[in-house]
Amino acid sequence: MARADALDAALETLDARTRALDAPRATDADDGEGGGGGGGKRRKRANEATATAKSIERDLRERAKKYVVGERVSSRLAGDKKVKAALRENQNLAEEAALKAAAHERWFANDEVGTLEAEEGERTYQYQQRDIVRAVDVNAAKKAFDLDVPGTGRYYVDYSRNGRELLLGSSEGALSMMQWQKHHLISETDARETVKDVKFLHNEQFYAAAQDRYTYIYDKRGLEVHCLDDHMHVNKLTFLPQHFLLCSVGTQGILRWQDTTYGKIVAQYRTKMGASNAMTHNNYNGVVHCGHKNGTVTLWSPNQGTPLVKMLCHRGEVKGVTIDKSGKYMVTSGQDGQVKVWDLRTYMPVHAYYSAQPSSHIQISQRGLLAVGWGSTVQIWKDALQIKQNSPYMKHQFSHGQKINSIAFCPYDDVLGVGHSRGFTSVLVPGAGEPNFDTFVANPFESKGQRRENEVARLLDKLPAETIQLDPDAVGKLRAVPKEVQAERRQLAIDAELSRRKDQRDKNEAKTKMKGKNRTSKRYRKKQLNVIDDKKLAKMEAKRLREAGITEKRGGVAAPGETAGAASTAPHAPDGVSKALRRFYK
Amino acid sequence: MRVKVISRVEEDYTRECKTDALRVHRNLDPELRPMQRATEYKRALNAVKLDKVFAKPLVGQFGGHADGVLCMAKSPTSLTELVSGDASGEIRIWDVPSRKTLRILSGHRGATRGVCVSKDGKLVVSCGDDATVRLWTLPKAQMGDMSDPTRKIPKVTTTAVWQQDNGFRDCDAHWGKNEFATAGATVQVWNMERGKPMHTFEWGVDTVLSVRWNPVESDIFASCGTDRSVALYDVRMETPLRKIIMQTKSTKLCWNPMEAFNFTVANEDTNLYSYDMRKMDIATCVHKDFVNTVMDIDYSPTGREFVAGSYDRTIRIFDYNAGHSKDCYHTKRMQRVFCTRFSMDGTYVFSASDDFNIRCWKADASAQLGTLSAREKRKHQYNASLKDRFKHMPEIRRIANHHHVPKAIHKATKLRRTMQDAETRKAKRRVAHAAPGAEKKEFKPARKKKILAEVE
Repeated sequence: MARADALDAALETLDARTRALDAPRATDADDGEGGGGGGGKRRKRANEATATAKSIERDLRERAKKYVVGERVSSRLAGDKKVKAALRENQNLAEEAALKAAAHERWFANDEVGTLEAEEGERTYQYQQRDIVRAVDVNAAKKAFDLDVPGTGRYYVDYSRNGRELLLGSSEGALSMMQWQKHHLISETDARETVKDVKFLHNEQFYAAAQDRYTYIYDKRGLEVHCLDDHMHVNKLTFLPQHFLLCSVGTQGILRWQDTTYGKIVAQYRTKMGASNAMTHNNYNGVVHCGHKNGTVTLWSPNQGTPLVKMLCHRGEVKGVTIDKSGKYMVTSGQDGQVKVWDLRTYMPVHAYYSAQPSSHIQISQRGLLAVGWGSTVQIWKDALQIKQNSPYMKHQFSHGQKINSIAFCPYDDVLGVGHSRGFTSVLVPGAGEPNFDTFVANPFESKGQRRENEVARLLDKLPAETIQLDPDAVGKLRAVPKEVQAERRQLAIDAELSRRKDQRDKNEAKTKMKGKNRTSKRYRKKQLNVIDDKKLAKMEAKRLREAGITEKRGGVAAPGETAGAASTAPHAPDGVSKALRRFYK
Repeated sequence: MRVKVISRVEEDYTRECKTDALRVHRNLDPELRPMQRATEYKRALNAVKLDKVFAKPLVGQFGGHADGVLCMAKSPTSLTELVSGDASGEIRIWDVPSRKTLRILSGHRGATRGVCVSKDGKLVVSCGDDATVRLWTLPKAQMGDMSDPTRKIPKVTTTAVWQQDNGFRDCDAHWGKNEFATAGATVQVWNMERGKPMHTFEWGVDTVLSVRWNPVESDIFASCGTDRSVALYDVRMETPLRKIIMQTKSTKLCWNPMEAFNFTVANEDTNLYSYDMRKMDIATCVHKDFVNTVMDIDYSPTGREFVAGSYDRTIRIFDYNAGHSKDCYHTKRMQRVFCTRFSMDGTYVFSASDDFNIRCWKADASAQLGTLSAREKRKHQYNASLKDRFKHMPEIRRIANHHHVPKAIHKATKLRRTMQDAETRKAKRRVAHAAPGAEKKEFKPARKKKILAEVE
């Protein structure tokens, strides 16, 4: 149905365009005729067509904004003529690509975004889940279900990247994976230990479970594949699918990134802020956000031992952190009962909501719906990130005593999964998921062959951990170092070298002077000092005389009264001749 | 209440049976693909590494000559024909796909120095040390099964022999007319139907080494000679047009077929120099990298790249405007290269060397041969544009620019670099520290340095 509509719309657009193209020709013809009776009418029609074409163009440009990657750089910045031309050509190509993507958007679209609209005088949050289920088709109604297993612990939830598989882990140790839409249980296993979090790895073939002491990796059949004994006492797990990094944080407050392709721990850093219960990663740049007991949220990359950013978000413990798909907004919930929205471009608060009790379960869906859960209540807010809303979009109340333990939006579907103390509930949330999936990103109807190919392709595209930084577009860019900075660096290097040399000189001078005194030759020479011979006697005599004030001169003894420097004042030397030259005047 | 939720029926999104193609759905939203730039960088890195993995340029060799192969010519009408002449005077016509000899043309009693094929591809002109120009007609006969080892190679005898007084060094067929030019003691222009040269050009007494017709301006041709000159001629005039004298001798030259006012000369000083024929006082580009005399050069039909062979036993492929080669081919057995040619489809490169062999190489070392599917083509295009986009990144540049060369050449390159650096340093210092009032010595750029004089 949606397709037929789209087709009609597209044909309309095409029609209007052709008309617009014909328009100038029609005007020319009118001029040639010299203005007949129908000329004015035709011109009017042509003008209308031009206006329509223009509005379509404007609309297309508006829609194309979404597809533009990167910013336009002024070609004036490039000095070289060829570089300038290449830059301009590339940017024009990119713009054209964005326009084409926008123009083809409706052809690619299979489905439309889910909606929930209230009747006159009603509000959407007044509708109960059973009302919604009754109003939708059978196929969709099957997605709302309840797994009621009281007494088996609190349940943790995770969906696979394509939204087909659901992973449940109970605090009592039961781990199960299912294809939830088909109600087909894939595997079930008992960890016989407390499970504190569960997470799918790159596809549904493996998942990680944070257990009492260590973290374990299980395969699809529920068999334990690895025991990650580095990840001890973990509270929260997150998986960076493009880097193949499993990240954990726990009661020790140590963040660890482990590469799941070859098992190496890429980095581990102490947060030095105690145990942490809130952690997630930013899809946009791969940076891990970690909430702490003192109310701060710290941003971490495996490339730096200290946080990239520290934000004081709450008075009291940060209980939940979540980030939207675009990486622009972060939502945190704290012990102070606030749910705050932050702009990650400025690290400033946008606005805040209150929850009745401190909420530790917040999630943002693909289409930007914000789910906040506390006690046995889940609230869902629509468009709540950019604008402050006054009332929630939906509400879901569990029966008293059903304590919410974990929530997760199912990707590419209008479903919110809630794990609680009596099992698991799947709630229909219209407008939560992205209706149009991309086969090469995540495919809910993936075949075995497609899954295998996809795995290989993604392994080839695996990003090194070094690419995790606040600005993901900085990868592959060359940074020009300004001349002043270069000069400063050069000066620093010169200074460092000079100071190094000075230090070395000082060190050499401070060295003990006794070095070499015990050498054989030195000892021999010293012994020789005690031997008295004629030469030495003469020397001693000369010394004695000198001390007595008598100077012995070459060729005779100086007359008494004549000083030692008498020779220098030879009478033959004219005035103005330097001392050194006087000996030549006799 | 109006409500709509996503509701997909599996049958609408999956194929009906296994023989159907898998259904593909696209959503071009960039937010579904975060860190796209980093991913593309990774892909570019993979692509440039794969290029090195797949770099296997040698396609095959043509064995049969009994002496060093000195000259080659490609047919303007046939992709499969190649003509080569060796130092014993034998000329062979090759069938390129099967790498077998089609015909042996015997008659020369000294080394064959030049061969060329007429514009219709029916006549072969050859000249050599025995001071004869020989014309050969190629019969259009079926050659039979090329794979048969007992196959007899027919011998062809000369159609016409024109004896002159001095030996010839090169010949080149006209691109449009039934004429050719020879280089030797003089430059002579011949008609294929007459036994006497139509024009004779002389400029000094030195031997002319190479002559090439301009592909577009049909009356103009260029030559280079032992007097270190590169000269331009016009057949409509009595005397040569102009020439430049360089510091060292140029061995061969070739016009750029797409920008026919540009030509490149291979020089003895290991470099190649590109000139614009309208402005010969400065080279447009100096192509460096060889470590010994450059023996021959030939442009690709696209005019975007050329291949040159050297006495240092390597052949290199250059972009028409690049100062350094983009690839270097060598084998352990390849000896001094005397002649190189680009194939007429721009995909292959031929080299003739002193080891009696002609070798066929891929023009792009890592190119995938054979028919490509549309997907493969797209993939190659995507990789090429990624490589181009990130070519300035140090890691990618390092991998892309790395070529293995024999140890001797590696060492010689290093030594040359040291010597050149010292020379440049000295020249600069001389300029900087010249005594006040002394005659200022100008620092000449490399493009100008080797040109000694321009003679009209």
